[in-house]
Amino acid sequence: MEFPAIQVCNLKKSFRKREGFFKKSRLWALEDVSFEVGKGETYGLLGPNGSGKSSLIRILSTLLTADGGEVRLMGLSLPKDQEMVRRIIGRVSVDAAFYKKLSARENLLYTALLYGLKPGEAERRAMDILEQLGMEKTKFSTPLEEMSRGMQQKISIARALVIDPPLLLLDEPTTGLDPKSRRDVQTFLEALRQRSGTTILLTTHDMAEAERLCARIGFLAYGKIVAEGTAEALKQQAATATLDDAFIKLTGEGLSKDEEPLEEEAVLEGV
Amino acid sequence: METTIRQTWAFMFRGYHLTRRYISWVIVFNFYALVTSATVALIGVAAQDYQLTLTLVVGALMWNFMSSLYNEIAMSIAYERWEGTLEYTFMAPVSRLIHLTGVSLFSLLNSIVQTVIVLIGLLLFTNLNLRGANLPGVVVVLVVSTIAFVGLGLIAAALPVMSPERGAEATHIFQGSLLLVSGVYYPVDVLPGWLQPLSALSPATYTLSACRKLVGIGNPASVPGNLMGAPLSSVMRELIILALMGAVLMPLGLWVFGRIETWAKRTGKLKRTG
Repeated sequence: MEFPAIQVCNLKKSFRKREGFFKKSRLWALEDVSFEVGKGETYGLLGPNGSGKSSLIRILSTLLTADGGEVRLMGLSLPKDQEMVRRIIGRVSVDAAFYKKLSARENLLYTALLYGLKPGEAERRAMDILEQLGMEKTKFSTPLEEMSRGMQQKISIARALVIDPPLLLLDEPTTGLDPKSRRDVQTFLEALRQRSGTTILLTTHDMAEAERLCARIGFLAYGKIVAEGTAEALKQQAATATLDDAFIKLTGEGLSKDEEPLEEEAVLEGV
Repeated sequence: METTIRQTWAFMFRGYHLTRRYISWVIVFNFYALVTSATVALIGVAAQDYQLTLTLVVGALMWNFMSSLYNEIAMSIAYERWEGTLEYTFMAPVSRLIHLTGVSLFSLLNSIVQTVIVLIGLLLFTNLNLRGANLPGVVVVLVVSTIAFVGLGLIAAALPVMSPERGAEATHIFQGSLLLVSGVYYPVDVLPGWLQPLSALSPATYTLSACRKLVGIGNPASVPGNLMGAPLSSVMRELIILALMGAVLMPLGLWVFGRIETWAKRTGKLKRTG
């Protein structure tokens, strides 16, 4: 039976925030989120800061347990099948989290071993990916701390792909990159989807990037998907000329201060 | 099986390369361990008391080994928090048993190397001759103790999962408490009466007691150059207690770690902070 690559149904996640010594309040990061992503599709998830994008990616990455709802990745259910899910997902987060003293080669080999891959094969694959991303071979042995943010992010992408995952979770992968590096990454992701049929879930603040890469886009605000469709359909729905304007209109920017979306960082600090 | 070996090796590989890259800090820590141990041992030399010197040397060596093992395991999660890699390790398809086994194996190797360095240094500083000591017996006691200390380390390693900074602080408080109550450099009975019962709960108390007997400390017939190390059979009580502690602490450590990981995933504590 054919099933979507990602099925999220009525997903809920809240965090408790301490208010004073005894009092705690519950803040919802995700409230009743539902969407599906087909195999080989690139789906964009756009939302303001604190809208719940990162919480959603963390739930799909098995790093956060949902309070309610259902998540299925390639037919596998979370959290029940989390061990198998971990074998089929690659994740790139906004901050390139590495052992900064180690080289790109050492970091990637460590990941390969962690996933039980043969080091030789994994190394060849990682080097191929890095070359496709426009990195010079001479940089492979340089400690990460001596590399630019753009280079670190390319290595982060190589780490996610070294395990050859059918499903890629990208949490703002091009944030903070220079235009050239951003274009390198976007071109690579387009080629990857065409060549390998990899399903990609992409969160981004870059509307042009979403339009370029994503077959469909969901707007996430206040923990809910408030609109979903192709970029053209969203613009039509909002009766706007650009996706930026559609995003602002459909996610309700300009709300009063009281209605501002949940700031995830602030919530977690207080937990 | 091949996958399990590679995954276990991943943590050794990581530890080796991090040690290589942080080699100047490794040298500093080893130098500090050697100097503090030598400083303690020289108190015995100054007192011209061979038995006291031996007591202090054995205490310094054993504490180096046990605290290094405990500390490396306990801080492994805190290090990952600081590097920012914890989420990536936790989302890899590695069972927590393999993860913590890999971390513990590297910590064990690291502790052995550090202890050998301190031993060589102490022999140079104190001119001790360990002839007659039951050294194979000491190795047996250390092997049995290792399991209990790995268990303690695993329990402590869960603390930085709960809280990045407070957890790391708590692991050091616990380590300090072990040093205080285990009679590393003095007999337990010099501790205040209300503190003495705690020494019975520390595996280090039994490790030190056994090792001192095996080296020949406390035996009036032990003289410089001809120690009268006790046979292994004379430390059976300590060995049995240590084995029981290991049998309880190791699974308990894994269980505690698993429970705290589940809690952290529910509350969002794995998020990269600290």
